[in-house]
Amino acid sequence: MKTYSNTGSKDTRSGFGAGLTELGKSNENVVALCADLTGSLKMDEFKANHPERFFQIGIAEANMIGIAAGMTIGGKIPFTGTFANFSTGRVYDQIRQSVAYSGKNVKICASHAGITLGEDGATHQILEDIGLMKMLPGMTVINTCDFNQTKAATLAIAKHDGPVYLRFGRPKVPNFTPENGTFEIGKAVKLTEGNDVTIVATGHLVWEALEAAKSLNEAGISAEVINIHTIKPLDEKAIIESVEKTGCIVTAEEHNYLGGLGESVSRVLAKHRPTPQEFVATNDTFGESGTPAQLMNKYGLNSDAIEKASKIVLARK
Amino acid sequence: MPNIKALNDLTTQVRRDILRMVHKVNSGHPGGSLGCAEFFVALYQEIMETKDGFDMNGIGEDLFFLSNGHISPVYYSVLARSGYFDIDELNTFRLIDSRLQGHPTTHEGLPGIRIASGSLGQGMSVSIGAAEAKKLNNDDHLIFSLHGDGELQEGQNWEAIMYASGNNIDNLISTIDVNGQQIDGSTDNVLPLGDLRRKFEAFGWSVVEIEEGNNIEAILKGMATAKSLTGKGKPICVLLQTVMGNGVDFMMHTHAWHGKAPNDEQLEIGLSQNPVTLGDY
Repeated sequence: MKTYSNTGSKDTRSGFGAGLTELGKSNENVVALCADLTGSLKMDEFKANHPERFFQIGIAEANMIGIAAGMTIGGKIPFTGTFANFSTGRVYDQIRQSVAYSGKNVKICASHAGITLGEDGATHQILEDIGLMKMLPGMTVINTCDFNQTKAATLAIAKHDGPVYLRFGRPKVPNFTPENGTFEIGKAVKLTEGNDVTIVATGHLVWEALEAAKSLNEAGISAEVINIHTIKPLDEKAIIESVEKTGCIVTAEEHNYLGGLGESVSRVLAKHRPTPQEFVATNDTFGESGTPAQLMNKYGLNSDAIEKASKIVLARK
Repeated sequence: MPNIKALNDLTTQVRRDILRMVHKVNSGHPGGSLGCAEFFVALYQEIMETKDGFDMNGIGEDLFFLSNGHISPVYYSVLARSGYFDIDELNTFRLIDSRLQGHPTTHEGLPGIRIASGSLGQGMSVSIGAAEAKKLNNDDHLIFSLHGDGELQEGQNWEAIMYASGNNIDNLISTIDVNGQQIDGSTDNVLPLGDLRRKFEAFGWSVVEIEEGNNIEAILKGMATAKSLTGKGKPICVLLQTVMGNGVDFMMHTHAWHGKAPNDEQLEIGLSQNPVTLGDY
């Protein structure tokens, strides 16, 4: 089984910051907007390098989305930055009308997504954002798994003409994808080959899926782990091909099972190849305060949960 | 010198277009459209510097954003009669497969439209973004926008109003259609707007009032004043006092025709008060 090593844990938001810094130098049309969370979003370096292209909007996210939409008229490529909760739920109608329906080239970059935001608690831990964003026609939805991939995705979405939701997080997590790797929007990445069960994971759950695959391997179960960084458009072919071989699937995400990656996968499989599926996701609930590790454990979002779900789904084949 | 008679003739024709468009599909918003007919005619014929043809980025020309998208009939009529698309297309307003959707959109590629509007309160933020892009592009042309007075009840406007003065957006002229009416009644009865001049001034804007907002000459004069205030570090608000339903006597001074189409008989009365000038579409 192919294994991956952590080259040093880093936060995915810093990957976004690094990508944005690089974009600032390479693309003069890139502008950055922030709603009073410059440090949290790691936008300081872009701001320092290009003060004329950095826009501090203040605590006014609706205005930020509208201004970003307007800036595209004139050829700018705006990257908005705030927490995932304030990037989506708070401004859904602004995104819907001024960005998605209007077809504007705005990149909505959202940090502190999911339950690993931690101690701030449920007011800030959005577990519904993937669902909200994927329902918008024309919206590309990306959830990256580590520092390197977040940086690569940040660079890639600048080249994509159209609205994008880029979701990443707060805590330091293992960094294991290639440095300066390519990022192809909508293209799944197969991390391990396996025959018994397919595990498709997104975001912070990708590393957990690899850990689960190691344990499963020791128990004689061969798991195929696929990193689905793009939830929309979904790489349907990669999912169908894998379950043709394995005959069962586990989906893993730091999101409510309603509206998340798991539901997108079920739709594909229901239509093309009905397959037993287990969901590693939050169970229609809000989060709470705690450390990221405590919360991932309590809400069943770690390698143990994936391993358990894999054994359950295998028995359903 | 602008030809006032020609502008008034065009306004009369635009009123006919509005009435005929909403009558045909028995839906749409004639009240606010009629109230802003003179403003749109003055804006597109005299006030804005625009290039021939249409491209989305609008570099090197003035741009207009309609925030209160429900007054699409007047927008479509004036765009068509300013050459953005064929006037015969006004026949398709609100019909299936039309580019003239109930509320304006870029989605169907109608020339002249740069943002979708309809869900209220979003246009000022978009206008500020376009104004910031102009500054980044060293393009000294202006951004114009129009907003309903009732629309100011949407909180996003006040985020935008605060941002614009705080960031010296002085290439923006935002006009408020002060007709004092909204769907459920007068703005005073629904949710009083208070003293808009003092509110905008307190937020750091320059304010120009046009008391005769249905008089072309008054509009031209007031907007010239507004333009003269650009480039001085402050955004500009124009308080345009209009009469909802202007030009059709039974539609005036009431909110009743905000979103209601005239029947056959009412259409004939409305049209008889606005005889053909340039020719119907």
